[in-house]
Amino acid sequence: MARSYISIEGIARRFPAPEGGRTTIFEDLWFAMERGEFVCVIGHSGCGKTTVLNILAGLDETSEGAVIIDGKAIEGPSLDRAVIFQSHGLLPWRTVLGNVSYAVSSKWRDWPKARVEEHARKAIATVGLTGAEMKKPAQLSGGMKQRVGIARALSIEPKIMLMDEPFSALDALTRGTLQDEVRGICRNTGQTVFMITHDVDEAIYLADKIVLMTNGPDARIAEIVANPLPADRSRNEVHKHPAYYPVRNHIIDFLVARSRSFTEELAQPGRVWNRRAPPIVTPGAPDAAPPLVRAV
Amino acid sequence: MTRSIGARAFVLSLVILAIFLAAWHVAVGSGGGGGGQVVDPEYAKLVGAAAATGGQTPMPGPIDVGKAIWKHLSDPFYVRGTNDMGIGIQLAYSLVRVLIGFGIAVAVAVPLGFLIGMSPLIYRALDPFIQVMKPISPLAWMPLALYTIKDSSLSSIFVIFICSLWPMLINTAFGVASVRKDWLNVARTLEVGPVRKAFTVILPAAAPTILTGMRISVGIAWLVIVAAEMLVGGTGIGYFVWNQWNNLSLTDIITAILLIGLVGMVLDQILARLTRLVTYPE
Ligand SMILES: Nc1ncnc2c1ncn2[C@@H]1O[C@H](COP(=O)(O)OP(=O)(O)O)[C@@H](O)[C@H]1O
Ligand SMILES: [Mg+2]
Repeated sequence: MARSYISIEGIARRFPAPEGGRTTIFEDLWFAMERGEFVCVIGHSGCGKTTVLNILAGLDETSEGAVIIDGKAIEGPSLDRAVIFQSHGLLPWRTVLGNVSYAVSSKWRDWPKARVEEHARKAIATVGLTGAEMKKPAQLSGGMKQRVGIARALSIEPKIMLMDEPFSALDALTRGTLQDEVRGICRNTGQTVFMITHDVDEAIYLADKIVLMTNGPDARIAEIVANPLPADRSRNEVHKHPAYYPVRNHIIDFLVARSRSFTEELAQPGRVWNRRAPPIVTPGAPDAAPPLVRAV
Repeated sequence: MTRSIGARAFVLSLVILAIFLAAWHVAVGSGGGGGGQVVDPEYAKLVGAAAATGGQTPMPGPIDVGKAIWKHLSDPFYVRGTNDMGIGIQLAYSLVRVLIGFGIAVAVAVPLGFLIGMSPLIYRALDPFIQVMKPISPLAWMPLALYTIKDSSLSSIFVIFICSLWPMLINTAFGVASVRKDWLNVARTLEVGPVRKAFTVILPAAAPTILTGMRISVGIAWLVIVAAEMLVGGTGIGYFVWNQWNNLSLTDIITAILLIGLVGMVLDQILARLTRLVTYPE
């Protein structure tokens, strides 16, 4: 079988524990993503989502295993993978234009200044910030700052976008608008997206696949939910889809109970689960019984 | 009464000044002429006979000092021999020494502080030295400096260098070491090289802390130069003060004290401005 575009192969991450020894955040984690896929990861705080994302970004290293992207193992950060930070990560002494230009000039080092700025302005326009180019981050609202972060990521035309709870600090209205914009941009540019979120509705609206992670330490990928919603979905229609509530209930059920008791669930007789190939489930699909029922 | 707090504070400052001057005037006028102070023989030996009996010269009042200030400021740059130069010339000598010593300290402390701040290993290795050197009174270096450099002016510059070094070194290292991880990660994901990262991320991020260190340093340097020049003599405002003490010219001493304060304030304000220029709101 041909390797997937992104292939996480048996990675582990351990940190020195405060009381000596080492804590295993997760180990033997396997997961694959195809080109152009939008994947959301859901799991409780501290389970290791950010750690996985940092490994994908090349900002953190694995203790074991490797991540293969397009046939090559990750060795450090790359301009092919843009990161949108939870805390936006804008340089406060630079203007909006300065922040985006910094990324552009890092990618195309021989471009003249005028060309860099023109390219940066285009990216700023894409996220609807025309007119705010000369503002400093401190003069922007939370939503605008996150937009600049997105513009910066888009401006370097990455192959993969990595987002760590990009909208969690925003109010509901701004969050909705930004979700629409990000979804549109990523679909138009065929981005491969790995996004961490706490928001179940956000995951269902945006993702093709939703990865469910159990609580740490020793967190696992319990299941991958294949989103049954059509690719052409609109924010106001998604909740009318017959599969919407089964998917939502399945995820919430996981977060409330199964994420904690997953090891006990696995101990039940007849329960089969393979680390290397976590089950892909489609709640609400007529031919698939929910795994919870199957397990009991 | 809708005037701003600034205007009201200014009026209050003037009132306080007026009260102080009046009290000074009255105190000097009634007590100063009392005369007949007993001179301790030990003290007389220490400062010389002229100065000791000088204990009987009256403390000058604000009007005397005002006249002296006017005299000095109307001709600040005259030179009538090595022991008789205008107060402006003496201040300029001190300022030049401070600026040279401070400038060399900047050139050493900022790059070295960068190195220390970026490497936890070097930080730990140099920390004991810095901790021991920092609390040494800069004047304690003076004999060693005079012995090795054999030049009083260069020795004062060296003392200024030594006392300016530590606050800048420590602040630079601290500022560099505490640059937000997020900003460094931004540079890493953009594959920015180490030199470009130093100038485009670390330096602007640490600049306010570095400038604060410079402000502390220049303040200390200005304190120390007066003492250093009293010690080595020759030129400078510190020497001027000591010389006027030997001449028993209290009005000149008070004038010099006021000018030292003013120059120190100006130096501090310049650094404060610069700090504000590089400070970024988060
Ligand atoms: N540098 C570190 N040293 C020690 N423990 C860490 C470090 N970074 C993260 N951890 C631990 O790893 C676990 C997973 O962290 P993280 O990936 O940030 O979780 P999440 O993003 O899912 O909330 C947490 O328990 C956290 O305490
Ligand atoms: Mg996290």
